[in-house]
Amino acid sequence: MLNWANFISQLFNGLVLGALLALISSGLTIIYGTLGVLNLAHGAMFMLGGYAGWFAYAHTGSFVVAVICGSLFVMIVGVVMERVVIRHFYDRPDEDQLLVTFGLGIVFVEAVRFAFGSLSKTVLAPEALAGITSLGFMFYPTYRLALLGIVVAALLALYAVLYKTRLGLMVRAGIEDARMVEALGINIQTVFVIVFGIGAMAAGFAGIVNAPVVSIAPDVGEGILVQTFVVVVIGGVGSFGGAVLGGLVAGEIISLTSMFNPAYAYVMLFVAMTLVLVLRPRGLLGAAGRE
Amino acid sequence: MPNSRQVDVPYSANKQRAISLSRRGVLQVGAAVVGGMVLPAMPRVFAADHPPIGTWPAGAEGPTVTIGASVPRTGPYAVQGEDELKGMQLAVEHINSGHPLISKIAPKVQNGLLGKQVALVVADSAAKPNEAVQAQQRFINENKIVAMTGATSSAVAVALNKFAEREKVIYLVAISGSNDTTGKDCSRYSFRQCFYGETAANAIGPVLVKTFGKGKKAAFMTPDYTYGHTVTKSVNDYLTGNGGWTMVTNQVSPLGTQDFSQYLTNIANSGADVIVNVNWGRDAVLSIQQAKQFGLIPRMKLVIPYQIPFLAKEVGPELTEGVFAATDFWWTLQDKFPLAKMFVEAFDKKYGYKPEWGANNAYMQFAVWARMVSEAGSFYPPDIIRTYEKGETFPSTVGDVHFRAADHQLVRPVVIVRGKQPSQMQGDQDYWDVVEVVPGESLMQKPDAFGCHLGDYT
Repeated sequence: MLNWANFISQLFNGLVLGALLALISSGLTIIYGTLGVLNLAHGAMFMLGGYAGWFAYAHTGSFVVAVICGSLFVMIVGVVMERVVIRHFYDRPDEDQLLVTFGLGIVFVEAVRFAFGSLSKTVLAPEALAGITSLGFMFYPTYRLALLGIVVAALLALYAVLYKTRLGLMVRAGIEDARMVEALGINIQTVFVIVFGIGAMAAGFAGIVNAPVVSIAPDVGEGILVQTFVVVVIGGVGSFGGAVLGGLVAGEIISLTSMFNPAYAYVMLFVAMTLVLVLRPRGLLGAAGRE
Repeated sequence: MPNSRQVDVPYSANKQRAISLSRRGVLQVGAAVVGGMVLPAMPRVFAADHPPIGTWPAGAEGPTVTIGASVPRTGPYAVQGEDELKGMQLAVEHINSGHPLISKIAPKVQNGLLGKQVALVVADSAAKPNEAVQAQQRFINENKIVAMTGATSSAVAVALNKFAEREKVIYLVAISGSNDTTGKDCSRYSFRQCFYGETAANAIGPVLVKTFGKGKKAAFMTPDYTYGHTVTKSVNDYLTGNGGWTMVTNQVSPLGTQDFSQYLTNIANSGADVIVNVNWGRDAVLSIQQAKQFGLIPRMKLVIPYQIPFLAKEVGPELTEGVFAATDFWWTLQDKFPLAKMFVEAFDKKYGYKPEWGANNAYMQFAVWARMVSEAGSFYPPDIIRTYEKGETFPSTVGDVHFRAADHQLVRPVVIVRGKQPSQMQGDQDYWDVVEVVPGESLMQKPDAFGCHLGDYT
């Protein structure tokens, strides 16, 4: 029997989860689209954002400072990672790229575990956003409502950068055909490092704004990584719009299936991914013929 | 993730020793067999008493015997695995030095076990059955371990039960709450000494019915594997059968879930009075923190049927205040049991904090194993198993206990605790009040009720 209050609540849960997945996935997808590197350390970037933010939060008590520090730190990690390691792998086989990013992910996670231990760390939401809000059909944690707004704002900012700036034009051109962009006299290396920095920052930002919801631990990025892959496959590789749509689809599938039988939530997610792969291999919004 | 670590002698040295041991073992057995034929009246050489089995006698021929531990050091149970490991390390230290606490539990242990030092090799299981089995297989091949341990997930415990039976190496279960571990998946070669779903349910059930009344509505949160399903069933059976409670919803989540909003939304709409949270490790921490965010706590009463080490420390005493939990051990039991006092003091001195139940359980199972080996006077696995199966009563940190021969489950008390108010806490680790220590005998099902059929000795 369908309980309408529960149904609408779950739709809403799916929206919040989906927006978060969309933000993380958009970082993953623009990196993969532009550089051709599937960054398996993306989940670790999400985790690092949480820890850098928590560290700043523990020393300043300010959530805003935590968000800024978390995002910037991961952006810097991303830039350094691209300059020092990843760029040596552009011409190497895919499996080398997968192994090196997977390895870096393990190093990041274990370094954090070594420094801070496995006990989870809590970042409290700002005072004004603590507590519960009545939405009429249900009570909802105020911070989760705010999180939806924060993530949507971040996605809009990312959209503006990608679609309204000259830099974004270069990035999008790079996703379509990096070699041609280089032939036009644009320094593709610079584009690469910027893309990697932005992509990493998206994950880091998501990591710290999500910390008041899910307290952080070294393994926090592991599950997220799997979900974001599914989102990218559903939405279409290299497509920003696809990441957003894929995120929302994935969020809603998980939430609505949970309403009937939570044990099948992830099964249904993978069923959806399989359907997309069979019926529309390039993803919902992926361009045909893109590698 | 392939990040298991080994803490012992370097790999190459280990390997060389293992090879030379096995060669010598073959020679000894050969010599003994020949000698036995020529001179039947001579006293038989030790190694020739029985044909080799598992890692015996190769594993017990050198100056040290090794135990292989596969504990989760990453993943959702990492915090609990690390604590468990500390208990094991302390026990090994105490066995090797003949600490007074070991002497109380295992009087025949003196500076080592049967004249040998005990060593521990460790790998990360990440609470995954296949990783645990692979690690133990490596330890058997390379270290000729005489016993293995480490679960912290019943899925791992059940897998290692079967593996122990196949390899004929004794397995000390460590933390495992599933009824199946000494039920349908029990093993001749495995021994569990912690509490489990059925005993937890029968211990905490009466307290819940008495405190909250009859006819309540309960929402269950269940991790999706053998531990979760069997604990939820036992607790629900008790509450429906003896308190007239109803299960209004059962939210089953995969191990390692981070966002519980969907599950909590279902519970919010279920009309439950009580949340029975069977989740464990980090899953429990996150689900409780998020239940608070959704305002379900304190609106609904929280119950923890299978206590999670460090839960109160991680979620904060504000959230565990008034919460009932069933557990194996809590450090304030030192006021009641002299051995508990010795254990808590020794642990605190070495590690600087009060041990949680996982560490206590890990320590005790090594101490008990040392007792059984020293009583058997041999590392020959069937002899050790038969010593366990005698069911003799021995002292522990929670009073006198004994093993049940039919399913290899320790008959032991279950401890009911209730979360203290933050203002009532004396010191920063005084999270729980011990409400009751329920004797074990009456809590247990009949040995065959969960389908246990032990396998062969050889």
